[in-house]
Amino acid sequence: MTVSSGGDEEILRLEGVSAWLGGRQVLDQVSFALQGGEVTGLIGSNGAGKTTIFRVILGLQPTTSGRVWLEGRPGPGRRPIIGYVPQNVPIDPDLPLRARDVIGLGLDGHRLGFPLPSALRRRAVDEMLRAVDAERFAEARVGRLSGGEQRRVLIAHALISRPRLLLLDEPLINLDIRSEHEVVELLARIAREQQIGILISAHDMNPLIPVMDRIVYIAAGRAASGTTDEVVRTEVLSKLYGRQVDVIRVRDRVLVIAGSDEELTDDHEHAHAVADSGLV
Amino acid sequence: MFSGFMTNTWAAATIVALVAGVVGFFTVMRGAAFVAHAVPNGAFAGGAAASLLGLNPILGLGVFALLGSLGISWLGRRGRHDVVTALALVMMLGLGALFLSMSQEYASQTFSLLFGEVVGVSSAELLPILALGVVCVAAVMWFFRPLTLSSVMPEVAEARGVRASRMEASFLVILALATTMTVPVVGAFLMFSLTVAPAAAARSLTARPMAALGLSIGIAMVIVWCAIALSYLCNWPIGFFVGVLGAGAYGLARSWALYRLRRAVPHRLSPLPSLSAH
Amino acid sequence: MGLIFSPGFFHSSPVLVAIVVGAVVAVVSAVVGVFTVTRGLSFAGHSLADLGAAGGSGAFLLGVNQLWGFVAIAAAAAGAIELIGIGSTRGRDLATGIVLGAGLGVAALFLYLDTTFSNTTGASITILFGSIFTLQSSLVPVMVLLGALSVAIVLTLYRPLLFSALSPDMATARGVPVRAVGVAYLAALALAVSLSAMTVGAVLSTALLIGPAACALRLTRRPGVALLLAAAVGMLSVWLSVLLAYDSYYWPPGHRGWPVSFFVVLLIFLSYLLTQLRPRGWAAWQLARGGSNPPRLTDR
Repeated sequence: MTVSSGGDEEILRLEGVSAWLGGRQVLDQVSFALQGGEVTGLIGSNGAGKTTIFRVILGLQPTTSGRVWLEGRPGPGRRPIIGYVPQNVPIDPDLPLRARDVIGLGLDGHRLGFPLPSALRRRAVDEMLRAVDAERFAEARVGRLSGGEQRRVLIAHALISRPRLLLLDEPLINLDIRSEHEVVELLARIAREQQIGILISAHDMNPLIPVMDRIVYIAAGRAASGTTDEVVRTEVLSKLYGRQVDVIRVRDRVLVIAGSDEELTDDHEHAHAVADSGLV
Repeated sequence: MFSGFMTNTWAAATIVALVAGVVGFFTVMRGAAFVAHAVPNGAFAGGAAASLLGLNPILGLGVFALLGSLGISWLGRRGRHDVVTALALVMMLGLGALFLSMSQEYASQTFSLLFGEVVGVSSAELLPILALGVVCVAAVMWFFRPLTLSSVMPEVAEARGVRASRMEASFLVILALATTMTVPVVGAFLMFSLTVAPAAAARSLTARPMAALGLSIGIAMVIVWCAIALSYLCNWPIGFFVGVLGAGAYGLARSWALYRLRRAVPHRLSPLPSLSAH
Repeated sequence: MGLIFSPGFFHSSPVLVAIVVGAVVAVVSAVVGVFTVTRGLSFAGHSLADLGAAGGSGAFLLGVNQLWGFVAIAAAAAGAIELIGIGSTRGRDLATGIVLGAGLGVAALFLYLDTTFSNTTGASITILFGSIFTLQSSLVPVMVLLGALSVAIVLTLYRPLLFSALSPDMATARGVPVRAVGVAYLAALALAVSLSAMTVGAVLSTALLIGPAACALRLTRRPGVALLLAAAVGMLSVWLSVLLAYDSYYWPPGHRGWPVSFFVVLLIFLSYLLTQLRPRGWAAWQLARGGSNPPRLTDR
């Protein structure tokens, strides 16, 4: 985890954002900021409000209070271009799109008509394929690729339009350990090289700890942001949850354990993390 | 309307409704609406072939319905389910068109096979219809539990030794048998409506499976009886009433379910409890 | 030559009309069909066609040409599908099917009234199974125009359609008006279905919509190529069917000719079966081209 290098431009800022969905308050005064070139983890269990925050940033979810700034200009909206990789992208195995076609759509999929063959376009797509290490399966039907490969193609799709902000909703779900590492390393490299602000949501922070510059921890609609050391502490999280919560560090893994009569989700996920790490 | 040849129709219709309600229950549970639409169309080809060759239509219906449903199942394993079903459906309809074009009574035959006729059930057909009906109901009772489990949670069923492919085949055979006995009464096009609409309506009205099954049968019976009576009175085709009444029943059931849902949602908003500043 | 092309084939005016209109309809259906299959709307497309039967028979009753009946009902049904369409695929299929059932019931009524009131028994056949050889030549320009319109819609929306087929969420985030694109597509579908209902009949038009598209999707991974292949398969099937139907006037039984729509459906069905039997060499070649990961054999 390094101090943010160069490009200290603030890409995204949320201040006091609250949102309601179906009669329930989902977000309560959420505030945090993102710099270019940094990887920020949006950590919280399922239902905590992570996807809602993405939708607010994209302008798809109305807020009842608070403001969103994108590159210093008031949002929400899609200018500047925001790259977005949603959580679940079920792709029909028969869809007549190769990996390179999907990436090409990232460039001009929102325009009418069909793409005329152009060397410039092909070069841009090739460059993206290289960047995400997807040249091997550039010609394969995207619906037939494995989960990790599809994820990389979608990331390339989101990146080709040169966004300043990249949002990824649970990109590590259903990936095996090796693919997890690859995707995480890839995202860290992209953030550094292209000075993009990357916001990754996950319910388990452990795979992201090596690359996370900042963390936004969200629980019960409220958020605490800062570096991992600042935020992932017993006092801070207990206040966030509104009940006693313990943070245990085991070597380079973090465990957040809720007390009795708490959400069991946290228990399970982090217990799995311990088991996976082979420490127990 | 209750005497003479009509008694055949009432008898056949009642057992048809029973079978349609039961088979429909599983059709809806398995999301097999498209297949349930395709198999009767296959039967249409069989009916046309049988009438061309001068055989008992039930025989033709049965053979083609079975071929059709098993064909869809076999092809479906190698290609996309919805595409296979669509193509098999039109292939069988096309065959039916061919057979009918070769016979002398093209138009009227087409019409009664597709849309049903109140006077369509002859005494020769009644016995096979009743027999098939009994077989269908017995088969469903026999397979009830494994079929339900396999339809709702296929992996769990596999773990317990209930092979999904076997259940799929059994379901399709039952569907073919049900088709064979239903098409003479309500026609190939509308059997689907009688199978799916009451079951779908029942599902909107209750979550309890046995109650849904019972409702499905009950609604099917009411629809068929009304359709026969109305068709007899004004001479309009039975299929029209089945289709429209079925859609009406479904619409009413959905509206009622929506109404109940609206009343149950609390009006008060639930904000998050405020905390001391962090 | 005389063996394949029965005497008078090239001089017959209905045949020429059939060839021109058939080609147009095949191309339109194939192009729209590629997106129908990839968006999982096969049942919806079929239902639209069957519902068209109600429209066609209603038009007949009113003394209007069936084409307008088909178009009107298909458009209305497409609108209904759009309204119901938001939700799970299962729920949507169910609702579509029930609307279909009601529509067929109405078609039954109209057809019955047709035969009672106009004393012609041919209405059912024409509407259900097509009338490519008895199309009025005055209708041809209109049909070509409607076909061109349908294809124009699809080609204009080519990129947004593909994008929203890939992921409606990502497309929305990028500014694509996904709902509007869907509505426009349904309009193109309604037109395509109506046109093919005129030629091969309401209930068989699904063959032209789904079949060539499904063949193309099995043969290629590229969207543009899929459109071209589907159009080619559709056109060839229709032309061959017109030829066979014309020749069949000399075949048994009864020397009345076999229905064109039968041949269309048969040829398309056979084409599809052919694409299912891919030789091992082909699969291995695809593997080598497609990368080291073998394509997953998802069975659907």
